[in-house]
Amino acid sequence: MAIITAGSAVPPITLKNEDGSDFTQEDLKGRTTVLVFYPFAFSPVCTDQLQVYEELLPELEQQNAVMYAVSTDASFSQIAFKEKLGVTIGQLSDFEPKGDASRALGAYFEPAGMTNRALVVVGPDGAVAWSHLASSPGELPGVDKVREGLAAVAG
Amino acid sequence: MAGAPDPDPPGPHVCGPQDAPPVLLFGDATCPRCQQAVLRLRSAPVRLTWRHLVLRARGPRPRALAGALEAAGRQDAFWPFLDAVVAAPGRTDDPDLWELARTLEIDVARFDVDRRDERAAAVIAADLADGLRAGAVGTPAIVLDGVVEHGVPDDAWIAALLQRA
Repeated sequence: MAIITAGSAVPPITLKNEDGSDFTQEDLKGRTTVLVFYPFAFSPVCTDQLQVYEELLPELEQQNAVMYAVSTDASFSQIAFKEKLGVTIGQLSDFEPKGDASRALGAYFEPAGMTNRALVVVGPDGAVAWSHLASSPGELPGVDKVREGLAAVAG
Repeated sequence: MAGAPDPDPPGPHVCGPQDAPPVLLFGDATCPRCQQAVLRLRSAPVRLTWRHLVLRARGPRPRALAGALEAAGRQDAFWPFLDAVVAAPGRTDDPDLWELARTLEIDVARFDVDRRDERAAAVIAADLADGLRAGAVGTPAIVLDGVVEHGVPDDAWIAALLQRA
């Protein structure tokens, strides 16, 4: 599955916010959004990833950007995961229909039935500005990758 | 690799022979995997540099311990302090740190001021920024020839390093 490429409009998607409300492609407009796709709540690599990305949040705020973490876990699991990690990164659930939004963006890993390890940066215009798909779900993109994505919006 | 930190920077947190292969370790002294990495690398013939990778999300103790290590370093006790923490990883509350400072015969009052000061905070923040810039995505992160690897180095990893040197 190929990740959505820069310049593409984000297709219609529906994810769930932590409060159960819908998060759609329309919510991506007006500011830069970094979508961090991770395989599973409570898996070791994901634990490291979100704690490291938490350090970037002040930098994102300066650039009028926001970060969300996306997985196919149910919101309750994501919230428990977030609390365990001590992070504030907002969680978006792609639980039901499972993985639909992730598939639409090319960030689903079919062999394991889970979200792939991917980053998608969407510009304020709602179009994809940059994307990255890890070569395997176990490979964790460093903060330099997030910065690369933010630079693509600024550029 | 662009932005890669100096593998053998000047400073107090370096140990091992000058001519041994340099290993730069970004770590959190409360992290069990980092403790294992220190144990292995301290007993290997490498020139080991420690830099802090303290993530806020992991709570207050990693930051407190990093400050304590900086303060111990100012009294030439960085490595004995880190070795002691690694040897007794469950003893890192403030009273444990004071007791350890006394055991190492460092000035506890000075230690207690130094570990909370701006200089220590600046070092810890700079280490984190450099670690993330280098590509660290967790702990322990080992930088070798500008490339970041994660995990505890095993015997084969150390043997390969020594063979390359």
